[in-house]
Amino acid sequence: MSYRYISMPVYRLVEEFSSDVNKVFEYIDAIYDRIERVENKVRAFITIIPREYIYNNVEALLKKVKSSGSAVPKLFGVMIGVKDNITTMGIRTTCGSKILENYIPPYDATVIVKLKNAGVFIHGKTNMDEFAMGSTTETSAFYPTRNPWDLNRSPGGSSGGSGAALAAGEASIALGSDTGGSIRNPAAYTMIYGLKPTYGLVSRFGLIAYASSMDQIGPMARNTTDLALLLSVISGNDSKDSTSLPIESIDYVKALDDYMYKEPRLRIGILKELFEGSDDCVKKTVYSSVDKLCSYHDCIEISMPYTKEAVAAYYIIAMAEASSNLARFDGIRYGLKTYIDGRNWVDVYTEVRTKGFGYEVKKRIALGAYVLSMGYRDMYYIRALRFRRMLREKLDDIFNNVDAVASPTMPILPPRLGEFFEDPLKIYLADISTVIANLSGYPAISIPAGFCNNLPTGLQLMSKPLSESILLYLSAQLEDRTKLRDIIAEV
Amino acid sequence: MKILIGLEIHVQLTALASKLFCSTDSNYRERNPNICVCPVCLGLPGSLPVVNRKAIEYAIAVAKALNCEISDKVIFVRKHYFYPDLPKNYQISQYDGPGFTPIARNGYIKIFVDGKSKNIRIRRINVEEDPGKIYYIGGIEEAQYSLIDYNRSGIALLEIVTEPDMSSPKEARIFLDKLIAILEYLGVVDTSLEGSFRVDANISIEGYGRVEVKNIGSIKDVEKALTYEIIRQKRIVEQGGVVSRETRHWDERKGVTVPLRAKEFEEDYRYFPDPDLPPIKISSDMINKVVSALPELPDQRIERIIKQYNLDEYRATILVLNKWLADFFEEGAKIYSNYKKLADMLITDFLRWVKEFSIDPKRLSVKPHTIVKLLELLDKGVLSIKMVKELMPKVVKGDLDIDEYIKLKGYTKIDDESYIENIVLEVFKENPKAVEDALKDPKAINFLIGAVMKKTEGKADPKKTRDIIVNMLRNIKDLNR
Repeated sequence: MSYRYISMPVYRLVEEFSSDVNKVFEYIDAIYDRIERVENKVRAFITIIPREYIYNNVEALLKKVKSSGSAVPKLFGVMIGVKDNITTMGIRTTCGSKILENYIPPYDATVIVKLKNAGVFIHGKTNMDEFAMGSTTETSAFYPTRNPWDLNRSPGGSSGGSGAALAAGEASIALGSDTGGSIRNPAAYTMIYGLKPTYGLVSRFGLIAYASSMDQIGPMARNTTDLALLLSVISGNDSKDSTSLPIESIDYVKALDDYMYKEPRLRIGILKELFEGSDDCVKKTVYSSVDKLCSYHDCIEISMPYTKEAVAAYYIIAMAEASSNLARFDGIRYGLKTYIDGRNWVDVYTEVRTKGFGYEVKKRIALGAYVLSMGYRDMYYIRALRFRRMLREKLDDIFNNVDAVASPTMPILPPRLGEFFEDPLKIYLADISTVIANLSGYPAISIPAGFCNNLPTGLQLMSKPLSESILLYLSAQLEDRTKLRDIIAEV
Repeated sequence: MKILIGLEIHVQLTALASKLFCSTDSNYRERNPNICVCPVCLGLPGSLPVVNRKAIEYAIAVAKALNCEISDKVIFVRKHYFYPDLPKNYQISQYDGPGFTPIARNGYIKIFVDGKSKNIRIRRINVEEDPGKIYYIGGIEEAQYSLIDYNRSGIALLEIVTEPDMSSPKEARIFLDKLIAILEYLGVVDTSLEGSFRVDANISIEGYGRVEVKNIGSIKDVEKALTYEIIRQKRIVEQGGVVSRETRHWDERKGVTVPLRAKEFEEDYRYFPDPDLPPIKISSDMINKVVSALPELPDQRIERIIKQYNLDEYRATILVLNKWLADFFEEGAKIYSNYKKLADMLITDFLRWVKEFSIDPKRLSVKPHTIVKLLELLDKGVLSIKMVKELMPKVVKGDLDIDEYIKLKGYTKIDDESYIENIVLEVFKENPKAVEDALKDPKAINFLIGAVMKKTEGKADPKKTRDIIVNMLRNIKDLNR
């Protein structure tokens, strides 16, 4: 009976709970029972909050509502999985790293404050690549997460835990973060919806930085409406984040409804190079989903000559910023500790960082420091910045002609576990479609495109800054045609 | 041998209520360690900086007062180095290089040395965050642990860098006095607060290696450290040695500089623009707003005081460079018109004792009217200059009620005219030569007045005394005719 709660969309849960508040407890049990059944296979979470704790919180909130006579918050009772690089007060936040294994933040990220105000409960912190550096969730210092659609494969990354938790029915919605595709990649690989908002739309305050100029927190869900619902909660200007855009949050569900009612015909650019570079099976599946949109909208083929360079520029900028952002982890104020008696601080730092960081993180710190150092800066970092400006100009040209740009989210199928370590370059290059949105700051969404060889594929749509509503509209339209919504893997 | 001295001054903007990038209380002194902190100034994972706009306004005000060109935007960079007092292991600062800019460049301060004016050029002004503070209990050699207090972390600092335009320790001192005065007139810093004003000095003998002396805590020490360093370098050069390019530390206690580290090449701080802080445009509106709110600055005040009170530049400068003293003077000048006499009293005895007792001018209890009263008593001859000098320490300390003192000592002035006339007659009889002189030269009258004062122990009303003497002399003249 309560099993239906596992795949129920959030907008339906909200209706359900508003008719009978006690159904929240049935829902909580359903989710926790599901976690108990599948989590040991999937390993989507790093930290799971005990069931009783959520119970208590729900009861406390109900009591508060009753005594104050205020309204039940909008998303009361909904359980969210939060990527473990988003700071949660009192709940350990590891960033998938040994160096923060026991770090319990004393403050909440802005998005967490907003979620709590909306009545959402965080029931777990999801697994991720260490410091979001990776695209398979295998660089997690703890364990890899497995793809619920094929346990021998990766769910993608770095927000792989969030994607897997949704695909396995262990959460109703999830938060991810996206620096070079880390939301869209696992969304595509786990058959869910994931949006990387315009840079600055969602506050980064409390997001443990990987590459500050590209990091964005975004919603992940099993249908478009839930995605819109979650985006409405987390977006909007934040005075604590200087890169936050000076705009208030809007009701994306309403915006989506408006679009769906009017159903405007748009122009969609089909990015030739990114289809051509994809695996045949992926290409075919994603083309067929694009066709479903093109039967209504005007589609034109477009070209984007610098896709390969984009990956290089992305990694240079990301690593440069990462080398700086990760300097603070030295074991002095928080995080992994070592003995200090009779040692100088250089020895202590060296040991903490040697033991605390994994190989991939060390590699990126070293390369990042290198591209910023005297004599190499101009050759790498400055050139990458120049490329970034050029790319933005090119995109502006493209978006003068089209409303959205379509490509496969990932050019390959979900990698087998271990594949990343065998051929990291191949996996890096698979970021080819996603990094463009991060370099430019533009919004992009990954929409389930269909299965090929029983494995999920995703369609990516990118649009102009602050055109999230257009992306949600196209996503909802495709969702109506594919019916790829609210689906959960068997596991 | 030509000496080249350039200074790098770190000034905390102590007038700000909060730190440079967070809203944490900036009043961290005399607080328990690690109390004035928040996720931002502790550099906790996920925290982000937000610029304190007031700090930018203060920086613009300082830049304007130092005649600088102001950049059209504020660009913050990250300066990377690992050090335990730096919670993010990078400092948010500014940098002068391609793609970057400090908030201001190319200014100058005019100073007076030995009666001549000279411009000391300002190369640039940076806005940056202060690191925390490391304590070594029992000294750096003995301490078993480094204790870190992050209360200071994130405090707004200005780094003011001069060109190597000073050629002696004295010039450096005069420059710093002037700089401090300007900053205090702007009201951006209270330099009496510990650590709010720190100086690094670059010293070289032209043609030889440059030595940087770090972290000198007071102006007095700058002069001492520079003097020491010049002697040290000259000795090396005279003996045909090589002054190595290095960083030295000023040991305040021993009065010597000691080597800290060799500086053979520039450290690589891997500067890059802080992606958490988008550039802030400095509009001409913003500059105009700051400029229109600028207070009267030292140079303007010196000029005005010279004109308004007919003082010379020397006196005016001493007054103005001690803002509180100039304020004190102008308050007193409202009720006392012998400005020169008032200024002299203030810049000699009065200032001497304030310094002697190291009284914080803000806590000074003596008021200008008390000093004016002293001067008036002096003018009337009730008190002699010697007595005033003796009383000054007590007056400065605020321990003396002058009226009470005068009453107690019986220093009530004698204004009974017939009594004074009798005394004057006595004096005339005793000093026939002086009377003759006074008949010829009116200036000689002062001797007679003095004699009357002596006889009355200074109690005779000086004005009446003078009038009586003048009258009597006139009578004698008439008789003689």
